[in-house]
Amino acid sequence: MSAPDQPANAPATPWLSRPANIRRLWWAFAAILLASVLAQALVHMHAYFDFDGWFGFNAAFGFLSCVGMVLFAKALGFFLKRREDYYSAAAEAKERRDDA
Amino acid sequence: MLELAFPPAFILILGALLIAVARPGMRPVLVLAAPLLTLWAIWQLPDGVLMTVGFLGYPIELVEASPVRRLFATAFAIMAFAGGLFGLRQAKWQETAASYAYAAGAVGVSFAGDLITFFLFWEFMALFSTVVIWCGGTDAARRAGVRYALMHLVGGVILKIGIEGVMIHTGSIDVRPLVLDNFDTWVVLIGVLINAAAPPISAWLADAYPEGSPFGSVFLTAFTTKTAVLALILLFPGAQVLIWIGLYMVFYGIIYALLENDMRRILAYSIVNQVGFMVCAVGIGTQMAINGAAAHAFAHIIYKALLMMSAGAVLYQTGKRKCTDLGGLYQSMPITTLCGIVGALAISAFPFTSGFISKSMISQAAADQQMVWVWYLLTAASAGVFLHAGIKFPWFVFFQKDSGLRPADPPWNMRAAMILFAVACIAIGCFPGLLYSLLPYPVDYQPYTGEHLVSQFQLLLFAGLAFFVMLPAMQRTLTISLDLDWTYRMLLPRLAGWVERIWVALMELIDTRWQRSGRPLVERLTRWSEPGGALARTSPIGSMALWVTVILVLVVALAQRG
Repeated sequence: MSAPDQPANAPATPWLSRPANIRRLWWAFAAILLASVLAQALVHMHAYFDFDGWFGFNAAFGFLSCVGMVLFAKALGFFLKRREDYYSAAAEAKERRDDA
Repeated sequence: MLELAFPPAFILILGALLIAVARPGMRPVLVLAAPLLTLWAIWQLPDGVLMTVGFLGYPIELVEASPVRRLFATAFAIMAFAGGLFGLRQAKWQETAASYAYAAGAVGVSFAGDLITFFLFWEFMALFSTVVIWCGGTDAARRAGVRYALMHLVGGVILKIGIEGVMIHTGSIDVRPLVLDNFDTWVVLIGVLINAAAPPISAWLADAYPEGSPFGSVFLTAFTTKTAVLALILLFPGAQVLIWIGLYMVFYGIIYALLENDMRRILAYSIVNQVGFMVCAVGIGTQMAINGAAAHAFAHIIYKALLMMSAGAVLYQTGKRKCTDLGGLYQSMPITTLCGIVGALAISAFPFTSGFISKSMISQAAADQQMVWVWYLLTAASAGVFLHAGIKFPWFVFFQKDSGLRPADPPWNMRAAMILFAVACIAIGCFPGLLYSLLPYPVDYQPYTGEHLVSQFQLLLFAGLAFFVMLPAMQRTLTISLDLDWTYRMLLPRLAGWVERIWVALMELIDTRWQRSGRPLVERLTRWSEPGGALARTSPIGSMALWVTVILVLVVALAQRG
């Protein structure tokens, strides 16, 4: 988790922003992740199709599909992203032309 | 039960009108009472066609009730109440009145038994939702409202063409399942899908909704797209094409939300994403799927409004809407943060929230029908929802970096509306029977099995891990993302500019040619025929007689030779 930068004049660091606590949260998160996978051993899972019955399928599928979507969005961003004033600048330019 | 079925939509319309003329002190009472009365009226309606009047030889069924219609209308009325409460003392009365008229349109569509009533309320929604967008009050809102209105008026015309075709060719104007085997029904489908923000016409939603006021945007999330889902359930259940359209919408919403920096636009894209789940379910078309679509629409109206309220509260308190300007608000806005997180968990279908018990029915329906690809894609999309809305929205708005902003939680009525819907999200999630008992078909589904809980926790928690691992790649930039609205916001104006320039050049060319050769010719002809000109002079009668004689001689000579 990226640690938020502490402003110099803040009186006290909020609990969530202290590096030690962020480390603790990461450990807790890791423990929960592990528990969610291990819990699969305790319940009876039956697959609808094929891969979805594998041990830890949902964990791997959730992680990989999200990484895939982020990368895909990032790649698409190269083509689709424009400055915020893309449309408003064009509209203003047109108004200037019309006025002239 | 009442014998006389009064259209519940009329109560909200009446409420909207009374809000306009009431004394300021009375307005809050009207704002809170009108949706509750509407809700009461909705629940007085027994099933079946309840009110028929003749119009131009057509039977107009103003009120036809059924469980699925009642479910949607209930969601709309509850939504109007919470939206009214949210803006009770802050929203302008004009905006609240327009929002209630908009909600009335949605309730009217819900109970429309014939296509004419359906169309009228449909257009009523288009009209007043545009007013709600304009109430955003900014220049951007004015522009976005005009684009929105144009899109929906074109959509309305398309829908009308389809409806007229169906009326002429089948002779029936009943709202009933249509088969996609002719031009008319396809055109009706296209008209409905435009309101569902289906591809390629998805851009209007993220363009217009975030431009409303903090209060108007809450209303905008609920009605237009969800009435379109209801229309699909009533008119096109089981139309296979909807499966793929829905899946496209699901991923479109995720990808665009991932690229977005404006917090309310993130939520707008996630509406398209969520409606995609519902459209896909209508396409699957089994009882489980239709139940899932209806349940998910109900749950979605509540948690999406909750999310938009928390975003609205942040905007109202800080005046900022970009993720790059926000962050660290959890310290001073604990209630807004908590409600935002509940909404985010609900949209992500986290166990013990409303999304969990509704969205899982859609996946189950795909699995039951052995739709392998659909199931895998829906599952990936469920993880993606947590990524783009479930974590991204609360993380960038309330946590992330410390923006230095320390706004307080919003006024009591805004807090109350958020808490009401947060409690609703959790209550529906913990007691699914509440919602399942309202669904159109009997529910034979148990969401809380060990298997389902484990798989959902795995899916979502590891999606969360992916978010934090990929965070460096997701830092917000001061950008917007192009969509197909580029064609009418950029390409068409440019083409129009080119056409204008070519036209001007052509006119100049014609003008110079005219000056060079056309004008002298006309001037010469004018000189001949103007007073004193060669052709306008009066000749002496003697010369006339002379010429007639000459012609006569010539004719006689020619005749002799012939």
